[in-house]
This record gives sequence, C-alpha cells and structure tokens, in this order.
Amino acid sequence: MRNILVLFFLFSFLFPQSDQISAEDIMKAMDENLNAKSRIITSKMVVRGRRNSRTIESKNWVVGTDLAFTEYLSPPREAGTKMLKLGDKLWTYSPQTDRVIQISGHMLRQSVMGSDMSYNDMMEDRPIEQLYDATIEGSIEINGRDHWIMVLDAKVKGLSYPKRRSWVDKEYLLPIKEELYAKSGKLLKTASLHGIKKVQGRWFPSKFIYKDELKRNSKGTEWIIDNIEFNKEIPASRFSKALLRK
Amino acid sequence: MIRFLAKGLIRDRSRSLFPLLVIVITVTLVIFGIGFMEGAMNNFIKSAAVVSSGHVKVVTRAYQKDSHQLPNDLALLDTEKMIKTLNQMYPDYFWTPRITFGGLLDVPDKNGETKEQAPVFGLGIDFFSEDSRQIEIWELEKCLISGHLPKNRDDALISTKLAEQLVLSIGDNVTLIGSTMDNAFTTYNFNVVGTFNLYKGQTDRQMMLVDISGARQALDMADAASEIFGYHHSLYYDDQEAATMRQSFNLTYGDSIAQELRNEESFDALSYMTGWNRISETERSKLPKQRSEALSDNQMYDNAEEWEDLSVEDPAIFSPTMLALRDGSQLAVMVDFTDVAMAIMAGIFLVIVMIVLWNMGLMNGLRRYGEVGLRLAMGESKGQVYRSMINEAVLIGFVGTLIGTILGVALTYYVQEVGIDYSEAVEQLSSSSMVMPNVFYAKVTPELYYIGFIPGVLATVLGTMLAGLAIYKREMSQLFKELET
Repeated sequence: MRNILVLFFLFSFLFPQSDQISAEDIMKAMDENLNAKSRIITSKMVVRGRRNSRTIESKNWVVGTDLAFTEYLSPPREAGTKMLKLGDKLWTYSPQTDRVIQISGHMLRQSVMGSDMSYNDMMEDRPIEQLYDATIEGSIEINGRDHWIMVLDAKVKGLSYPKRRSWVDKEYLLPIKEELYAKSGKLLKTASLHGIKKVQGRWFPSKFIYKDELKRNSKGTEWIIDNIEFNKEIPASRFSKALLRK
Repeated sequence: MIRFLAKGLIRDRSRSLFPLLVIVITVTLVIFGIGFMEGAMNNFIKSAAVVSSGHVKVVTRAYQKDSHQLPNDLALLDTEKMIKTLNQMYPDYFWTPRITFGGLLDVPDKNGETKEQAPVFGLGIDFFSEDSRQIEIWELEKCLISGHLPKNRDDALISTKLAEQLVLSIGDNVTLIGSTMDNAFTTYNFNVVGTFNLYKGQTDRQMMLVDISGARQALDMADAASEIFGYHHSLYYDDQEAATMRQSFNLTYGDSIAQELRNEESFDALSYMTGWNRISETERSKLPKQRSEALSDNQMYDNAEEWEDLSVEDPAIFSPTMLALRDGSQLAVMVDFTDVAMAIMAGIFLVIVMIVLWNMGLMNGLRRYGEVGLRLAMGESKGQVYRSMINEAVLIGFVGTLIGTILGVALTYYVQEVGIDYSEAVEQLSSSSMVMPNVFYAKVTPELYYIGFIPGVLATVLGTMLAGLAIYKREMSQLFKELET
C-alpha cells in the first residue's frame, strides 16, 4: 500500500493534470491553433443588418502577422475590391474608382463591409501571448465541455480591447466565447467560435460570430470558413501594392 | 373747406412743413423697419428650409432619433412610391428626396496617390427631374462662382471654401470615402464641375452638392433617401399649416405604415412556429395582428430595461414620420421668437412713433393758443375751431403718411432687391450647424401699404384732439384778458 502511494505521487509530478497548466501555456496553445506561418482562406461573411442580410465572399492570403491580402469575390458591388495589409498599414482598392486608398486614423475604426468587425479588428493578428497578461478565473462546463474562464489584461498600449474575458475549451484550446472590453470596462464586442474541426493537425473553427455590442439590436456577423490551408508557400509578390490594381 | 384749410397750411409753413416732415420720416422708418424685420426673419427661415429642413420633411422614426449621425442605414426606402403618395395627399406642396452624407474627400495626384484629403458634408439633391425646383430654391445660378451646374450623375459642385482647402479646380476628379447604407466602406469618384458660395455663413464650409442619382450610386441607396423634403409651391412657410400637416400625417399614414411593418414582422416570427402551415388561412391572417397588438399593449417593443432578452425590436422604427420646419434644432425657438419678436418690435416702434406724433400734435395745438383765442373772439364756436383743427391734422397726417408710405415701400423694395451684406459678422458668428444668410433682404408685404396710417394719421389726430380740448376750457373773461396782453 505504501509503495502504491509513493508511485501515485511520483506519477502525479511526472504527468501534471491539465487544470494545472499555466495561463501563459494556454495562450501559447491558443496562438498555435489560430496562427500559422501562412494561411490561405476562402470564406463567407454573413452580415445581418437591421433590415436585411448580405453575404460577402472573399479569399485571403496571410503570412505571419504582418502580411495579408484579401480579394472580395461577391456580391457584384464588392467583387474586385482588394485589401492589402503590410505591417501596420492598410490599403484598399476599389475597381469602381480605380484608386488605391490607405485606410488610416479614425477610418480604421469603421466597419469592414458593414459587418460587426472593424478594420482594426482585421489588422490585429499578433499572438495574444505578446499582447496580454492572463489569469485563470475559474472553470465552467458549457454544453457538456470543460472550459477555463480567463481574464486577459493588455500589457502593451494602444490595443482596441485592453481587457478580454475568454472561455477556453480545455480540449480544443480555443477561446470558444470572448467578451472584449474597453479600458473603462464597457463591453464593446463579443465573439464566439463554432464548428471546431481538426485541420492539418490543429483544432480550428469553421465559423466565427462577431457582435458589436455598441450597435443597438445588432444581430452579429458570421464569418464562415469554407476552406483553409495552413503553411502553404505564398510568393512575396502577392503582397505588393501593384497587385491591388491587377 | 378742405381747400381753405389746405391753403392755410401751405401758407403757414410752421403749421405744415415741420409736422409733415416729422410724419413722413417716422412713417418711412416704421414701414422700412417692419419690412426689414419681416424680410430678415423670412430669409433665415427660407435658408433653413432649403438647406436642412424643408417646410416639412419625412424621415423614418429611427432616422429622426439619430439624425445628427446622418444614419443612412435608417433611410427611407421605396421613395418614388412615397413621393407619389405625398403628392396626392398634399397637392399644395412639392416633394423632393434628399441624401445627406458625411465622409472624406480625397484628391489624387497624377499617380493616383492621395494628395489632399478633407472631411466633406455631402448633399444628394434631385437636380435632374423634370419638375425639380431645387436649382431655383437653392438659387444655384446666383451662387455658382465658377464652372457649370451638374449635367451628369457623377458631377459635383464643391463649395469655394472646400475647393480652396483642397486646392481643387474645375475638371478635377475627387474620391468620396464614406459608408454605404449597409455601413460598408465605399469609395466613389466625382468630377468637380463647379464651385459655389451659398452666402450662408459657415454652412457650406465642407459642402459638396451632387445629384441624388450620384449619391445613390455612391452609397448603394437605390430608391432610398435620407429624407423627403416638402415645400409649399409659394415657397412661403406657414407654421400653423405645417404643424397641422405633420400631426395628421403621423396619426394616419405614419401610424398605419408602422402597424403594417409590425404585422409583417409578426407574420415572419409566427411563420417559424411548428404547425404554422396547419393553421387555417383565416387564422393566419388574424394572428400576426394579435401578436403585434399584444407586444404593443405589454410595451415589449424596445423595452429592454423591463423585458431584457424578451424585448422585441420595434419594426415601426422604419415607418415614416413627418417633421415641420419648427421641429428642427433650434428652429422651433426661432419660429416662435420670430412671431413674438416681430409683434413686440413692431408694437414698440409704433408706440414710440405715436408718442412723437402725438406730442407734435399737442405742441402744435398749444403753439396756436393765441390764434384759437382770436378765432373764438371773432365769433367762431368752440366746436368749429376744434373740428377745423382736427381736419387740418387729418389732412397733414394723410398727406404725410402717403408720402412716408411711398418712400418707405420704395426703400424696402430697394433693400428687398439689393439686400444688406453682413458677410463679415455672419462668417464669424455662425457655425456650420446653423444656417444663417450672409445678406439680409427686406420684404414688401401687403401690410406695409396701410400700417403707416396708424401712427401717421391716428397719432397726429389724437394729439391734436387732446390739445384742442383746451379750447373748451377757455372762458370769455380769460379771452379778453389774453387779448389785452
């Protein structure tokens, strides 16, 4: 009996329980799931307005956290519109005007295609581990699955959401539900992840729902991932301003 | 008798010229003062009506609530149909759609890169419709500084202030950066075909005028409009009529559309219920109305405080509502102030003038004390002397008022046509949210043709009557005493 007890203690040190994982490790795991060396995504954004709904299709090429190129495929009014992100700069091209316009300043707070996402949201791709200090507030069971409740406080200045509360699935290591707050503590947005699937060895959602809580009666925006490929080679020419006009 | 009195008046200049001059000057001032005040207030109301409010306007209830944010996502839809209805309901008014939008105006260099950028306040106005009177009411031909009026959908007029800021000239291309009515980011190219100055203070500081078809294309607002403006065909604003129209429209048409929208929403909500298709056609037509009424009775529409998640967004927020000019920001105060101030100012002016003329009549009567005494001594009755003095006063008052009215109306007409330019003061005082004309014009109104007779004739006669009362107090003994001295 004594030997059994000794063995039990030894094993418990060798294989720590998942609940003993640190908040930093959880953030790291979430970053590993959500970010990659490169991504090519074909997606649909369903924008639910107060009077109607619109579906906008697009294709994105993303390398790391600094380079991103988006081309809108439909509806006809948006088709051909392109966006290029190089570091902290964002340009948009509209075939209607044949102009490349840099989006900066207060325009970054504007909604992307009328959705509940702003350009700032789109621009922020940095790993959360680099941006926030996290603490685990507790655990909770949602729909029969265990989640950590984590509170993230900004450790860098100038973030759109200095505070976040995340419900992280203990198996998927993804923030299934998030509340994004202003510095004052006001709830600005909520986000939730749905249809988690294993894609190229990582858990990844097939649908994101964003809701701007400042918009009265907002019904939220769905971002549906139709296809995603991780770590695929993307030529550097994809991220040139010249390509916006082509 | 009148000839006799007239001769006497002409021969004795102190009895005719001085009183006549006083009456002419005061009547001229009264008429011009009232005409100028009336005109100035009219200019102010007209400017507000043209730029921001119409005599009446129709918007959605939701737009009205947040109108300062220019929320085109809450704009009116199916405007063509609505304008037809409004034309039928109110044939004395003409109705025109308007899109009001904000954004940035971006000027490209030769490589298409941003050269200059500035905030813009845009108005999409119906310039091209056959029966449109927008160019007339905006007085655009007068306000055009360079270039020509828009001829094509993508033509734009830029205020001279904005054109100077962005170093724009005729023929330049500018890109509007803004939001569609779905709140999506949008860019749209306009050609600058002209520059204008509205002569209304800072109102046009960031203003761009485009045809509504261009605005609709740029902002993805097919057959939609932020507002529908209504103007009386005479372009004269009748506050009482506008308020009555607003009340009747909102109680009848507005509320019926609100009910329709609620019932449509209820129908949608109920049609998701399991078993909905098994319900009879009669029941299906009744239930949506019952649901809408129940939600309304229980105050569940937009009442999140009490009902939390059960609160239902009221589809009636997209129903049309009519606003009168007085409902605009600060305009109610201005309209009421106009009426009261006009009455008070005209009243004070008239009273002062009447006192002056009365005093003049009084002094004139007293000055002729000796003459009256002599006439009584010669055997004229007191009544005869008194009446002849009053007749003289009527004659002087009438002639003076007539000349004063002619001069006053002529002066008012001149200022009505030419105006008085207050540009410097207005540019400094006004803000872009308050529409204030730079040049104030007087207005010749029918009342100006008779208003001068109140002080001109009445006050003179009353003054003479008061002074003449002394005639009846003269005693024969006192008369002889006066004659001795």
